[in-house]
Amino acid sequence: MAEKEIDKLSGVETTGHEWDGLKELNNPLPRWWLWVFYATVVWSVIYWILMPSWPMLTDYTRGIRGQSQRAVVMQEVDALKTLRAEKGAGLADADLAEIQQTPAMLEFAMANGRSAFGDNCAPCHGSGGGGFKGYPNLNDDAWLWGGSLDDIHQTLLYGIRSDHDETRFGDMPAFGRDELLTPDEVFDVANYVHSLAGMDTAADANLEEGKTLYMDNCAVCHGDEGKGMREVGAPNLTDGIWMYGSDLDTIVDGINNGRGAVMPAWVDRLDPVTLKSLAVYTHSLGGGE
Amino acid sequence: MNADTTTGDSPAPLYAARKKVYPQKIQGRFRNIKWALMLLTLGVYYFTPFIRWDRGPNAPDQAVLIDFPGRRFYFFFIEIWPQEVYYITGLLILAAMALFLMNAVAGRLWCGYLCPQTVWTDLFYAVERLVEGDRRERMKADKGGWTMTLVMEKLTKNALWILIAWWTGGAWVLYFADAPTLVRDLATFNASAMAYMWIGILTFTTFLLAGYAREQVCVYMCPWPRIQAALTDEWALNVTYRYDRGEPRMSVKQAKRTEAKGEHAGDCVDCYQCVAVCPTGIDIRDGLQLECIQCGLCIDACDTVMDKIGRPTGLIGYDTDINIARREEGKPPIYRFIRPRTIIYAVIIALVSAIMLWSLATRQQLDVSVIHDRNPLFVQLSDGGIQNGYTMRISNKHLQPTDFELSLADLPGASLNVIGIEATDTPWPVIPVDPDTTREVRVLVSMPDGTSLPATHPFSFVITDLETGEQATTSDFFRAPEPAN
Repeated sequence: MAEKEIDKLSGVETTGHEWDGLKELNNPLPRWWLWVFYATVVWSVIYWILMPSWPMLTDYTRGIRGQSQRAVVMQEVDALKTLRAEKGAGLADADLAEIQQTPAMLEFAMANGRSAFGDNCAPCHGSGGGGFKGYPNLNDDAWLWGGSLDDIHQTLLYGIRSDHDETRFGDMPAFGRDELLTPDEVFDVANYVHSLAGMDTAADANLEEGKTLYMDNCAVCHGDEGKGMREVGAPNLTDGIWMYGSDLDTIVDGINNGRGAVMPAWVDRLDPVTLKSLAVYTHSLGGGE
Repeated sequence: MNADTTTGDSPAPLYAARKKVYPQKIQGRFRNIKWALMLLTLGVYYFTPFIRWDRGPNAPDQAVLIDFPGRRFYFFFIEIWPQEVYYITGLLILAAMALFLMNAVAGRLWCGYLCPQTVWTDLFYAVERLVEGDRRERMKADKGGWTMTLVMEKLTKNALWILIAWWTGGAWVLYFADAPTLVRDLATFNASAMAYMWIGILTFTTFLLAGYAREQVCVYMCPWPRIQAALTDEWALNVTYRYDRGEPRMSVKQAKRTEAKGEHAGDCVDCYQCVAVCPTGIDIRDGLQLECIQCGLCIDACDTVMDKIGRPTGLIGYDTDINIARREEGKPPIYRFIRPRTIIYAVIIALVSAIMLWSLATRQQLDVSVIHDRNPLFVQLSDGGIQNGYTMRISNKHLQPTDFELSLADLPGASLNVIGIEATDTPWPVIPVDPDTTREVRVLVSMPDGTSLPATHPFSFVITDLETGEQATTSDFFRAPEPAN
């Protein structure tokens, strides 16, 4: 039996350990605390048996419960898909205007459309549908092929110049490259187009000649007044909205080489409810007609 | 190392076995207060879920309800939405300050009378006493080894404990669903697995903590004894052994002999009754200590003894350090409840309560928030006008469907279009919102061509409850191209 040493100040027994004159007091832990610690050790062994735990060279111990976080996620995703299908079921039979006028359907369509837009449309049109050069801004009210719910839905389903039989199709010829117009003629037409939108023209351009050439070559699609024609996707040349840019060089380039932007057909890639949701979402971005 | 202080080769034990506490039955003033408070607190806990509160057809009629699926908290006339949980912050500040104030006035009132651990442990001790008898019987039985009687008693006691614990867990889940319905579902085994699981967990924790862990919770698990040591001061009333009166301790006989010799004898007869009744098994005569929950039962025990031997009561009582020192100097005791510490706590409590009441009283039944489109910030329309898009969320906290008119302030000449709301002959669009819910709408604001606009123009959206005229406003910006210089 060792003799006890009691610290005078605190009246507590010391462990006998001393560092630089400081002695360790022994305030004993309750024993059940120790048992709780042992219980956690036992629990860890149970856990190893039940759950995936130890890394091996090429695999890991999988545990007898067969727990897999990936499987859990897939289950949750499936449950979500089922829930989404239930919630969206009403949209399958509703027409687009009805969806937009019914708050519950509109809410679903907007949420569903927003996520589908982010997954499928944002790479070209931008996350907010703001567009890039060659990819139209979907927030404004200038539409090449029409901005009604049905027009947008049609475009979404079959695309533009896509490989689908029902695709929308229009052709802007390469007037310069195919030598339909000489470079001087292209320059005059481009300046005339600039004047249609009220923009500056070059001093050395012959606008009269440009107008004649426009009437002969362009008006058939873009209209006598340059207001465009949606049946063939010919843009309105009189507004301030230019998909490729409004400077003279860009317009010259367009006349020389033609334009032919492609939008894929989505009918075989997305389900009908999502396509309807996308139509309503796009329509609501700001320019719906 | 100094050889003199070295202990031998057998080190002191690092773990201490628990000393089982057998509190003795006691009657008296503080015991009665504790019974009354136990009745009150348990009554509040067990029966609150059954109080009804009529809120109309579109809301639950339970007075206190935490509705997780519906994301609402109901407390009588108060209804809180998830974005209003800052009220909970206010409640927590109030709770902390109330504890501090209690401590500054009369020590660990919370620990001794109100803490759930104390209340349920007290209840479980009462059951134990009922089944196994008082302190001496229990100590004797535990020492005497297992007999048939003891086994029966232990079984009965644990069964009763589990019953109480189960009822405790059962009451808990009633706060999270309509209580009468849930009780019926629980009884017919139709309630959710979650409900049964929580009842199971709380049954287990109540049984374990109140039945077996008892004072160990206060001594080893709870941070409050440590904190309260920093909060008490020399003016705070604490359960105190008045050693100035009690020392030196000696028996009644010896006291007579000592006094006959003309020497001073203390009033404490060293009967250990204060230790016998203590639910944490300590000796109050060692002074204020963290194990002491200040339940006042030792006061009752000591007063009983003093009455029996004809000495004045109050050898143990609520007292302050200052008064002990003053009595030793022969001065009368002084009490000072109003002092900077208590004033500060009281002011904070009053202030926080006032702020909370004010914000509750002026809490709006509608709310509007708006997010400007990030990309694109604005678009030019074909007629040269500029359009901005916004996502707006309107909260209708009324329990009826409500029509809200959306209008613009500080943006003259603008036109407003809400997707999904057909334009009517009213000057501004009217948005119907279902009761007790929010509605998200897309809002387009456009300015005609030729308006002179800065790149960023501040303005406000105003929603007006058409029935009550109540309004809510949120400000945002109208963005336009940088004006050409």
